[in-house]
Amino acid sequence: MAGIGSACLFAGLLTTLYAAAASIYGVRTGRRAFVVSGRRAIYCLAGLMVAATAVLQLAFLRSDFSYALVAEGSSTDTPTFYKVTAMWATQDGSLLLWALLLSLFSSAVLFLTRRGLREIAPYATAVLAVVAGFFLFLMVGWENPFGTLANPPAEGSGLNPLLRHPAMMIHPPMLYTGYVGFAIPFAFAVGALITRNTGADWIRATRRFALVAWTFLGTGIMLGALWSYTELGWGGYWAWDPVENASLMPWLTGTAFLHSIMVQEKRGMLKVWNVSLIVGTFVLALVGTFLVRSGILDSIHAFGASTIGVQFLVFIAIVIAGSTALVISRLPHLRSEARLDSLLSREAFFLLNNLVLVSLCLVIFWGTFFPLISEAVTGTEASVGPPWFNRLTTPLALVLVLLMGIGPVVAWRRITPAGLRRAFVVPGLVVALVLVVLVVLTPAAESPPSLLMFCFVSFVLAVVAQEFWRGAAARRTITGDPWPRALSQLVARNRRRYGGYIAHAGMVVLFLGVAGSSAFLDQRDVRLSPGDTFTSGSYTITYQRATAKLGGDTAGTGAPITFGAVLRARDENGKTFTLRPSRNFYPTQDTSKGAIGRFFEGEATSEVDVRWGLQRDLWAAVRPDISALDGPIREANAKFARSSGDVQALVIAAIAERYRRDPPPATFRAIVSPLVSWIWIGGAIILLGALIAAWPSPEARLRRVRSLYAARLGRDLRAEA
Amino acid sequence: MEYALALIVLLCLVALVVVAPLLRDEQSHMPGEGARDELEAAKEAKYREIRDAELDLQMGKLSKEDHRLIDRELRSEAIEILQRLDTVEGRAQDS
Repeated sequence: MAGIGSACLFAGLLTTLYAAAASIYGVRTGRRAFVVSGRRAIYCLAGLMVAATAVLQLAFLRSDFSYALVAEGSSTDTPTFYKVTAMWATQDGSLLLWALLLSLFSSAVLFLTRRGLREIAPYATAVLAVVAGFFLFLMVGWENPFGTLANPPAEGSGLNPLLRHPAMMIHPPMLYTGYVGFAIPFAFAVGALITRNTGADWIRATRRFALVAWTFLGTGIMLGALWSYTELGWGGYWAWDPVENASLMPWLTGTAFLHSIMVQEKRGMLKVWNVSLIVGTFVLALVGTFLVRSGILDSIHAFGASTIGVQFLVFIAIVIAGSTALVISRLPHLRSEARLDSLLSREAFFLLNNLVLVSLCLVIFWGTFFPLISEAVTGTEASVGPPWFNRLTTPLALVLVLLMGIGPVVAWRRITPAGLRRAFVVPGLVVALVLVVLVVLTPAAESPPSLLMFCFVSFVLAVVAQEFWRGAAARRTITGDPWPRALSQLVARNRRRYGGYIAHAGMVVLFLGVAGSSAFLDQRDVRLSPGDTFTSGSYTITYQRATAKLGGDTAGTGAPITFGAVLRARDENGKTFTLRPSRNFYPTQDTSKGAIGRFFEGEATSEVDVRWGLQRDLWAAVRPDISALDGPIREANAKFARSSGDVQALVIAAIAERYRRDPPPATFRAIVSPLVSWIWIGGAIILLGALIAAWPSPEARLRRVRSLYAARLGRDLRAEA
Repeated sequence: MEYALALIVLLCLVALVVVAPLLRDEQSHMPGEGARDELEAAKEAKYREIRDAELDLQMGKLSKEDHRLIDRELRSEAIEILQRLDTVEGRAQDS
């Protein structure tokens, strides 16, 4: 079967070459049949990639260790869910996932645009084929996921325990879907530049793809943060890690792009800016993919050293140089069709929001690549830490949130001063009230940036609520509908606008969580024996007893041994509850650790327990000290090295029971994190808003609107005649 | 062997799909249809802008005077698109 997989890759590579050549030949000679043929080649590519993925998935499900990838990333005792998702835990599998997603996205967009964009689409097909071809070239030349072993092992190494988390396994496809999705508007932007059709046609054709890409990338980032919070055992959700940053940067420029294309659609402005943004976003998506695997920057995510770093860098350089040359050569065709009428207009605020988003991206880019820059300049690798990022990004985030509140109330082209006053009276009063409440009743004033953020968040939420209220009221005036129907119809008929407002609300709710949890977090690291008590925030926590479990970790990761603790926590109102943090131990294949010792001395991961709450979370992790078991393990290694598996299991159980009955002091980390749950709630609201904005309007309604406006315009035409 | 055989079969299948339009010299749609679809999309976008401006007026973001100016401009742009659409459709019917 491995041969079939490899054949799919090589056939795919040849298919991409044909797709690119046929599309360009077809459009340049005017022979449509070649353009159609090129498009069909992309559909074939999707079929080949689906077949290749199916072959690899089958190998993982069958634990076929003759595949090097399966032997490296799976094992017979890996749970089925993690076998299915293990493909993208490896570099080769990630490349295949990229190619699969790109071929599917490309097929979808080329199918949807098959009747339009006759000049742009063939060039876009060629660009998409070249990008897919690059990934296939990497797989065929260096990182073939279908590589086989001459002497397959009896057992695989198993999936990296850190990755055995549902969020982490969904996170990579989400991120990659986001990265790949941005290739679509990039390809059409290149097509528009080549053909000099620099109007809004390419934007209208690909806007929804950009929004879907943005949504997936954002969801992937959120899932990564959730994984970090619940799996990594340090208690945070964002560490300004290079790979985290690499995913955030294209999301930021993608956000800027989604806003600024509206200006081009409505006013024919910002054309150079938009093509530059999408080129930048796609390049950053490539950089993100490259960083995860290259290992050029130290990261908890850099799971393997790369053999394809140089190839990636060359490709990225070609994309940057080619796109820049194209944009410069087309500058005369990218002139704005209109001018900014007023600084108090939505387009002016969109531009401002774009500048802030791009500034944020530049700050993060500098901080992320500073180790490389410093090493190149001074010869010494130096890095900047989270405090540096926090210091520089906090003011920009504050400005961004403020702009999120101002932008929606300002009309396109201009707003009158009276309109502006009217728009800001209620939100202004809400902010004043919130400020007083926060200063009088809470410790928020202890952190001025957080206090400012809370005020801005309330401002944005008030603005969004006011927008819904006024929109529904206007609709009621026309239709006489009751409030709920007026509101639902308002959103249904203006999905893009109100979906965007909902996304804004979600974003500020997320910032609320970030501000609260970062400024008022209480963290305690303690070493306790059973019966000991400590306090964290307003909680009193008692270590009641140790636990030891064989083959049944609650997270279902397949860990054979789990040591943990039972904690009894009491809040300030006397309410008590139990937390059960634990630590999973995975066996190592290193035989020098001994037949019994290898079960205790492999990798270990924290399974934290969290008491979730809207006001605050209580997060707890335990690090059991198993050094006291060294003696019994050594003894067991010597005695039971040649015993049967059943006997060894009994011995391991006895050693675990020994820990449970007489545990040495364990190290605990407890964190009280105010408002942190609002980060996840905010993320869910953003997702909802994005779905509403991306959802196509029902055709029937479109037809009704079309006929209504056609009738009105018909009257105008008659009047003109 | 498995690899070579699979490669030949897969390439034949791909060739079957991609060569078909070349043999038929396929015209997948009527002349002018592409331009018409693009103009239809531009028309929808212009209608959406008109609707947005109306909503802005109803919500008090635009004064009546500003709305009148913007609406007139948008409608003249929409008329221009409709006229181009008529031309394209007329051309398609003639051919």
